[in-house]
Amino acid sequence: MMGIGMFELAPAMTEVFLICVAMALLMLGAFRDEEQDTHRFVSSLAIMALVVGLFIVLMGDKETVTTFSGLYVTDGFASYMKALVLLGVAVCLVMTPSFFQKEGVNRFEYTVLALFATVGMLMMISANSLISLYIALELQSLPLYVMTAFHRDQLRASEAGLKYFVLGALASGLLLYGCSMVYGFTGTLSFPGLAEALSPATLGEETIGIGVVIGLVFVAAGLAFKLAAVPFHMWTPDVYEGAPTPVTAFLAAAPKVAAMALTIRVFYQPFGDWVSQWQQIVVFISIASMLLGAFAAIGQSNIKRLLAYSGIGHIGFALVGLAAGTEQGVYGVLVYLAIYLVMTLGAFACVLALRRNGAPVEEIEDLAGLARQQPLFAAAIAVFMFSLAGIPPLAGFFGKFYVFMAAVDAGLVPLAIIGVLASVVGAYYYVRIVKLMYFDETRDPLDQTVGSEYAIVLGIAAVFNLAFCLRPSLLLGPAERAALTLFT
Amino acid sequence: MSDWPLLSLVIFLPLAGAGFILLIRGEEEVVNQNAKAVALWTAGITFLLSLMIWGNFDNSRSDFQLVEHSEWLAGLNINYHVGVDGISLFLILLSTLTTLVCIGVSWEAIQVRVKEYMVAFLVMETFMVGVFCALDFVLFYIFFEGILIPMFLIIGVWGGPNRIYSAFKFFLYTLLGSVLFLIAILVMYLQEGTTDIPTLMTATFDPALQKWLWLAMFASFAVKVPMWPFHTWLPDAHVEAPTAGSVVLAGVLLKLGGYGFLRFSLPMLPEASVYFTPLIYTLSIVAVIYTSLVALMQTDMKKLIAYSSVAHMGIVTIGIFTLNPLGIQGSIIQMLSHGLVSAALFMCVGVVYDRLHSRDIDFYGGLVERMPAYALVFMLFMLASVGLPGTSGFVGEILVLIGVFQVNQWVALFAATGMVLGAAYMLWLYRRVIFGDLTKEHLLMIRDLRPHEIASFAPLIILVLLMGIYPALFLDPMAASVDHLLTQTGGLPETELARNPIGEALR
Repeated sequence: MMGIGMFELAPAMTEVFLICVAMALLMLGAFRDEEQDTHRFVSSLAIMALVVGLFIVLMGDKETVTTFSGLYVTDGFASYMKALVLLGVAVCLVMTPSFFQKEGVNRFEYTVLALFATVGMLMMISANSLISLYIALELQSLPLYVMTAFHRDQLRASEAGLKYFVLGALASGLLLYGCSMVYGFTGTLSFPGLAEALSPATLGEETIGIGVVIGLVFVAAGLAFKLAAVPFHMWTPDVYEGAPTPVTAFLAAAPKVAAMALTIRVFYQPFGDWVSQWQQIVVFISIASMLLGAFAAIGQSNIKRLLAYSGIGHIGFALVGLAAGTEQGVYGVLVYLAIYLVMTLGAFACVLALRRNGAPVEEIEDLAGLARQQPLFAAAIAVFMFSLAGIPPLAGFFGKFYVFMAAVDAGLVPLAIIGVLASVVGAYYYVRIVKLMYFDETRDPLDQTVGSEYAIVLGIAAVFNLAFCLRPSLLLGPAERAALTLFT
Repeated sequence: MSDWPLLSLVIFLPLAGAGFILLIRGEEEVVNQNAKAVALWTAGITFLLSLMIWGNFDNSRSDFQLVEHSEWLAGLNINYHVGVDGISLFLILLSTLTTLVCIGVSWEAIQVRVKEYMVAFLVMETFMVGVFCALDFVLFYIFFEGILIPMFLIIGVWGGPNRIYSAFKFFLYTLLGSVLFLIAILVMYLQEGTTDIPTLMTATFDPALQKWLWLAMFASFAVKVPMWPFHTWLPDAHVEAPTAGSVVLAGVLLKLGGYGFLRFSLPMLPEASVYFTPLIYTLSIVAVIYTSLVALMQTDMKKLIAYSSVAHMGIVTIGIFTLNPLGIQGSIIQMLSHGLVSAALFMCVGVVYDRLHSRDIDFYGGLVERMPAYALVFMLFMLASVGLPGTSGFVGEILVLIGVFQVNQWVALFAATGMVLGAAYMLWLYRRVIFGDLTKEHLLMIRDLRPHEIASFAPLIILVLLMGIYPALFLDPMAASVDHLLTQTGGLPETELARNPIGEALR
């Protein structure tokens, strides 16, 4: 085994760079004068680093390159997903410092942890073997557990962190067990190796072994936990509600993109020839997630819990595309994730901006009559809600359009019908928020000022949702190219 | 002139107006005045531009005219493609006119959140015109669904006491129908590789698949029309909506279902359309007779007119599925006529509601003594709704009846019964509200029509009479398109209207 030269590091340039920045920021924060606002300073530097990382990703080679003895791969698909993750994290960091400042837990370590989690996510996207998959997943998860419990003096945040940690550890165990099963029955850990070992050419007349299938089920369970898909979703509402809101936004955005990228890669590369074996699992998870997301959210009164269930539902919709098992399906998922990311970040920017007498507000009822008080802010929320509900001409409709198209194309018409019906049920609770803002009278007015960083984020996100239909090719082109790289 | 993107201009000008209104800032009073003025000008110019569509329209052509085409969803062969033919031409004009009338109607009636109200109506105009112009399925669907957002807000924000229930019912009911339509679009797209409507019209689908596709479309259009038993959202929505909301709902939104049947179900799924014709006839006859009887028993004026809408739209669906030129032309005329007449009737209710805040029939009586002009206007539209010769209602109903008589005499008989009932409830309504002694004290001070109300009624009066007296003006542009539609459906291509003595007389 030769030493690692610069050439071998090149495909992982973004990760290396971000890790170095994270270390440097940790030192900087530790030695900086206590008096100054270290958190904001560190956070700004981290955002800049993420933007640089984004450039490295976008400028980088789109060819498929493996490194670290094949443990690690970068390709067009990875670049697309990494760009989404970096964007999601950067936007979350923009919205974070002022929240923690108001809450009195203004600690710069948060940013460093977020950067470590980001590196974990980027590695998940590039993982090319079951070992790197697991390491990346843990690197992503551990900082997230800490971040969830970051408001350590608050009971519900600590509870959320603990809950997330215990359940997450269980899911990691399942995943690891599944990996060992797969390894035991095939004798290899790397994705290309698995693909070859399981290809019809190698197996000949034989079908895929039952041991491998059981292993795959366990891996799927572990991934479903990270995606917060039913039936591994139980942690989501509690953690979303308990965690500080910027952490909730963080959890809802980038990690889901990374986990979905990993799921796509696992299902399509090692097991790409066995769609029939895993399709029913994904179809079940998808239907269950869509229905639970639609029905369980109706009864929620806390806006973060509502968004948690909404997120479960949206992952269900994205999985509709995955279930198709075709290139068209991956394309649909990629489009869906990008749009989901923007809608979610916009929605959380709204939640973060809601305050009454300086204290955060989380009850849905508190939105009553907002349209009279702050018309533009209410209009932005309404745009996100209609978009999340999938009403055209907003962006959310196009996301659903592409995944349903893939499902119908793959012959999964019943899945698509259940999906659209679930979206009608889901529309009820999104529209209920619009109703509260526009139809009801204010009882107790919210603060009139929306923080400038929130205003910028939700302004951009709202414009994206509204204007997507004008130039959809700006997103569709890259997504299509990214999906294509998995199939060549 | 002809290289102007006239249709896109008509579609997107209201949106630009809405954007402009959003930018208005200042004192609330001034903002309200300016918003109204901008909305009126925008809607007025849009209406004039839409008249230019008619001016540039070539009656002899059966294909789509003023077509615009540009790439939209790259790689999927889904494009921005708009055009008009004889079927959509007048529905576009109806949309632009209705919006203009709505703004006139709301001039005094809406006092709160005027800016948002005008924005909602202009956005809705964009979607309405877009629906009728769209020649791409996805584009059509986007406009079709998009209408829900402004209409939901109009009912919910400016509606009556039970507005929230009605707004939700309207929104979810119509959304539920529409999403199945989306699945049908996807299936058709994946079969043919295009969502281009003119191309799909020439495509042939497997008859078994056609039935499923037809039912998926039916789920959407039957709710929009609305056909019995999918009509229950309509009375609620009408009763709670502000006057202009009812006007646009009755005037244009109900036409989407009929237009959908004409544009998609018949030419694209002809076998299934023939197969399901008995279903349509049955539901339509039930609608005509049952909802007429229900209308007789209403005590709320708006509810009565809402139920009469369901009955009238039953005539429209019967006409569409006669699959002969008379029936289809009749149903289009009936749609236009219903759009004008029921919109005007809702405005008539709005006039007295604005003054005394009651829609109860028993609340009124003997209005003719204080409001002679109002009584005259109300009478004209009441009689047009009944189908008096010389008004638009007569032309539509007689054409549909003749058309259906050629196909199925029983259906014609039942449909005609509905018209008798229609006369009963409308005349009875009129007698109770307008005639009788003016004994109720609260009515003594009621004022007659005011100038802006007369201005709103005037175009409708002119058009109802014009369509009744000289229907050829409206029948000629649609003749070629309807014949073309029937060749696609496999019906009778030759123009029976010309051979038919009654049709001859009407021309």
